[in-house]
Amino acid sequence: MMSTTARTLLKKVVDLHAVARNDDGDLLLYVDYNVVHEGPFYAFDGLAREGREVARPAQTVACADHYVPTTGRDKGTAGIKDAEARDMVERLRQNAERTRIVHFGIDHPQQGIMHVVVPEQGMAHPGMVIVGSDSHTCTNGAFGAFAFGVGASQVKHVLATQTLWVKVPRAMRIDVQGELAPGVSAKDLALAIIARIGMAGGAGAALEYCGSAVRALSMEARMTLCNLTVEAGARSGMVAPDEKTFEYLRELPYAPRGADWEAARSFWQTLPSDPGAVFDSEVSIDGSRLGPMVTWGTSQDEACEVGSRIPEPALIDDPGRRARAERALAYMGIAPGTPLTDIAIDRVFIGSCTNARLDDLRAAARVAAGRKVRIPAIVVPGSRTVKRQAEAEGLHEVLLSAGFEWRDAGCSMCTGSNGDLVPSGERCASTSNRNMEGRQGKGSRTHLMSPAMAAAAAISGRIADVREFIGS
Amino acid sequence: MEPFTLLRAVAAPYYHADVDTDELIPHRFLRKPLAAGYGNFLFHDKRRGAGEREDPDFILNREAYRRAQILVSGPNFGCGSTREGAVYALRDYGIRALIAPSFADIFSANCIQNGVLPLTLSERDVRSLCDFLQAQPGAEITIDLPAQTVSTADATTYRFDLERSRKIRLVEGLDEIGITLKHSQDIERFEAAYRARLPWLAPARGTS
Repeated sequence: MMSTTARTLLKKVVDLHAVARNDDGDLLLYVDYNVVHEGPFYAFDGLAREGREVARPAQTVACADHYVPTTGRDKGTAGIKDAEARDMVERLRQNAERTRIVHFGIDHPQQGIMHVVVPEQGMAHPGMVIVGSDSHTCTNGAFGAFAFGVGASQVKHVLATQTLWVKVPRAMRIDVQGELAPGVSAKDLALAIIARIGMAGGAGAALEYCGSAVRALSMEARMTLCNLTVEAGARSGMVAPDEKTFEYLRELPYAPRGADWEAARSFWQTLPSDPGAVFDSEVSIDGSRLGPMVTWGTSQDEACEVGSRIPEPALIDDPGRRARAERALAYMGIAPGTPLTDIAIDRVFIGSCTNARLDDLRAAARVAAGRKVRIPAIVVPGSRTVKRQAEAEGLHEVLLSAGFEWRDAGCSMCTGSNGDLVPSGERCASTSNRNMEGRQGKGSRTHLMSPAMAAAAAISGRIADVREFIGS
Repeated sequence: MEPFTLLRAVAAPYYHADVDTDELIPHRFLRKPLAAGYGNFLFHDKRRGAGEREDPDFILNREAYRRAQILVSGPNFGCGSTREGAVYALRDYGIRALIAPSFADIFSANCIQNGVLPLTLSERDVRSLCDFLQAQPGAEITIDLPAQTVSTADATTYRFDLERSRKIRLVEGLDEIGITLKHSQDIERFEAAYRARLPWLAPARGTS
């Protein structure tokens, strides 16, 4: 049946998965993939306690990522020094084996961060509903999926029923026109969007990113953009599938093949928002005017271009934001008015589900080539697949000879749950996604930026404008 | 799940915007078993300084607010990581209701799953409630969930909205999986039609 109503991508995906509706208009949505890391062990415990089983084991994917070490991995689980961390990885394996779900464990050749593994295995397809035990599950929206993070109880609900009650989010369109300048990446675009709409600017909404600047992004860059959607308070971020999406998926282990491929591709082509589809709100951004972005505070909307000075809280009108900025600068140990490029950095982390894919490592290596780091700097590929691909291109040699450490895959210093911590009082240039107090370790100070900017910081020992390194 | 109907309890004013789940419980405690008592980890790095010593200025360390069962805070409360441990920590500490101008989506869903009421009032009302609680440290307030009201001892009453399905689940302490399994036949019917329409999704060839 032809629908006479123009629908958004979000609406099409939601309609496709609606099983039932309650009195509030919440939908019971069918879930294509439920992805878990070590964290929600409570969900497996609860399920066992209640005598329930995993409804669709083949649609549940477990990834050991938060607690795996990034060194000494040849020793497997035995190489985890902290007994509680070892237990987290071990417990995930036991739960996976017991419930027969798909498991990318610590020794698996494709092990990595869940939001890197799921896309690169070809599990995330356009039009899917994907949930995960991690807020950055929205990364999969880069394929045109409706993907979002849930807590352990809702993980348990999906394990038991393969469905979830969902309040359908508002549709918000983020239109980015123009061309990003050299040295400006999807990370900078995402930070600029968050700075513009705020930490709760996307509350209750699913964002659809569109416009020429978004179309021009690689799939990896689209994943970075969608990954950071949750930092604007949004449920999910999506990019309409196009030829780039299909080319990326083709031949991946979980992508359809042969006649299935053609059928899937035809279906995927029907998913982009119809012309005239109505969005609840819309934001327009001129991508060509953006520069490299750096966060200076303890929330992701406290960010500005690298050429700027730290804002004066006294000049912020809103009393809540002013108080927050004062608190942030006190924690960060930075005076208002300081040029960002005067800020000395103690260490650098290039990694995380935001920025540890092949494109990201290439960008860092381009800046690092033929130069030397001045401060400790680690590169943690998002997955072992990424690590092998990077090594096949020789990126590790470029980074190693510049003085970076080349680690094994995991979440690492983004959350520090595996022990890769930023010591108290130290300042870290980080390609990860969160900069709140204590995120990278108690007392740690985080400046978020792109991989190329982080590499430039490693070489300079301070925040630096990557455009001076790539000669734009 | 313990039903939530009428709660008369001490409320602690903690008006900050964007209180995130890392602040509510730092990541390093999420590897602990629930039996460790997650309430000990609530706001850990705010409540305790070097050597685990309590910061006497932190709101929940002040005598008047130690037994608080209600926390009043700023907009976008619970943003950041999905960690349900943040709600376990609140619940285990004894917090049964949160009052704020807005809550992060994932966090408020986690609250409902654990019988904690995320109660939304306008920014103006939240600020005036905080002013009252600061002026009268340790004052009790009353939340009547069936009536959808919050009232203070000075006879101010605020009305709040809550979706009907969430209200019923809290008031009756219902288990959501139980509710959903009433739709088992719908789910099976849906799945058969879905697989027929998108046959390439037939599960999965296993790990490569």
